[in-house]
Amino acid sequence: MIHFLLHDPRDTVGVVVVEGVKAGMTLNGWIMDEDKTVSLVARQDIPIGHKIALRDMNPGDSAIKYGLDIGRVVAPIKAGEHAHVHNIKTKRW
Amino acid sequence: MSIIDRNTTFLGYRRENGRVGVRNHVIVLPVDDLSNAAAEAVAHNIKGCMAIPHPYGRLQFGADLELHFRTLIGAGSNPNVAAVVVIGIEDGWTQKVVDGIKATGKPVAGFGIELHGDHDTIMRASKAAREFVQWASEKQREPCPIGELWVSTKCGESDTTSGCGANPAVGNAFDKLHALGNYLCFGETTELTGGEHIVAARCANDAVRERFMFMFNRYQEVINRHKTTDLSESQPTKGNIAGGLTTIEEKALGNIQKIGKKCTVDGVLDKAETPTHPGLWFMDSSSAAAEMVTLCAAAGFVVHFFPTGQGNVIGNPILPVIKICANPRTVRTMSEHIDVDVTGLLQREITLDQAGDKLLECMLRTANGRLTAAEALGHREFVLTRLYESA
Repeated sequence: MIHFLLHDPRDTVGVVVVEGVKAGMTLNGWIMDEDKTVSLVARQDIPIGHKIALRDMNPGDSAIKYGLDIGRVVAPIKAGEHAHVHNIKTKRW
Repeated sequence: MSIIDRNTTFLGYRRENGRVGVRNHVIVLPVDDLSNAAAEAVAHNIKGCMAIPHPYGRLQFGADLELHFRTLIGAGSNPNVAAVVVIGIEDGWTQKVVDGIKATGKPVAGFGIELHGDHDTIMRASKAAREFVQWASEKQREPCPIGELWVSTKCGESDTTSGCGANPAVGNAFDKLHALGNYLCFGETTELTGGEHIVAARCANDAVRERFMFMFNRYQEVINRHKTTDLSESQPTKGNIAGGLTTIEEKALGNIQKIGKKCTVDGVLDKAETPTHPGLWFMDSSSAAAEMVTLCAAAGFVVHFFPTGQGNVIGNPILPVIKICANPRTVRTMSEHIDVDVTGLLQREITLDQAGDKLLECMLRTANGRLTAAEALGHREFVLTRLYESA
C-alpha cells in the first residue's frame, strides 16, 4: 500500500493518501516523477490529504513540493511530523 | 495511445451558426432580478423549458454592465441552448439581450414587463416558450467530429489529492484534445499565484504571454486593494485547508496540473469572451466554482471537466459539469456527486494515461446525452460575476 506521495525527489513534504495514519506507523511513500518508493516513520497522526515532513526543517526554510517553493517554514518541523498551516505560511499574500 | 483520435465522433445538435451543442435546452432568461418571478412562472407553465434566475441586472454601469450583457447573451448563444425566451423589466435592455442572441440565428423572443404586468407577460412568454419547446423537441442528434467539442475546466474544493490525481488526469485529457485541435479553456486567475511563471512559460508566443501577465497582475491588484491580513480563509478556502492544502502557492501548483504537460496556452480571454480559434485559452476569471463555470458557459463551452478533492457539488443549467475525484474518502462519502473515480492513481493501480482516457470516455458519453451527476441532482448554479457596486 502507498501511504504518501511525493511529486518530485527534491520535495521536503509528502501527501498522505490513506485514512488512519497514526504516530509510530512506518509509511511507504511513492515518488511519482521517478516511480521510486521510500519509507518514513510518522511522528504524529496525519489525516488523509495532509502533508508529512520528509526532513527536519527550520523557520525561514522553504517548503518544497512539486520540486518548487510552496511557502515559508514558520515553526520547527521534524521529519515525520504534520506539516500544515501551523508551521508553513504563504510568501505571497 | 488514446481512446480518441481524429476519427472519433460524438452525437451533437448542430445549430444555425454551425456550432455543436450536446444539450437541447429551451431557456427562459431574465435580464434582471425583477424578472425572475415571471421567468420561473413560464418555466412552471411550459414543460421542457428551464428558467435561469439570477440576482443582478439593475443599475450596473460601465465594464460591469458590459460583462452582465456579455454573460447573458453568451449563455443564450451557447449551442447547448436550442431557443431562448428573454424577460426583462423594460423593453430596451430586453431587446439588447434578444438581439445579441439572435445573431446566432436561433429562435429568441423578448418580453418587457412594464405596461403589461406579470400576468400578461407570463401569458405571452408562455406562448412563445411552448412553441420553442415543441420545435426543439424535434431536433435530432447527428455524428460530429470530436474537434467540434468545446471543453472547459476548473477545479473546486481542491485538496492535495487534486494536485496528485484528479487535476493531472484532466491535464492528460487536455493534452490529447489539444492535439486534435479542440477549443479548450482554463482560468481561475488568483489561483495561479505562485505558479504564474509556469503558465507564462507555456504561452505560445510573447503576445499571449504579455496578455496573460496583464490579466494576472490586474487581478493581483484587486486582491491587494481589498485583502486584510490574509484572504479570510477564501484562498485557500476553509475546505482546501481542511483537505490539507496550506498555501496559495501549493494550491496553484496543483491547479496548474489541469493544463497537462504538452498543451501550449494559445490565447487569452477576458471574462465571458468567446475564443476565435482552436487551442487552449486562459480566461481571466474568479476561482469561485459557479462564477467561473458560468463564464465558461457564456464563452460557448459545451462540456466542463471539474476535478474536486473534498467534494464540491456544483452544476450549471446549460453546461454539463463532469466531476472527477482522486480522494478515496470523498468518493466513498459523496459518491452521488462523482462521475469519474480516479482514486486508483494514488495507489499506482492505474496510470495517468488510463485516468485521462477514463475521463475522455465519460466526456463522450456525456456529450452523447448521458446526464452528469450534477444534472441528475438538479444543480443549476448560474452565478454572474460582478466587477463593482451598482450605481
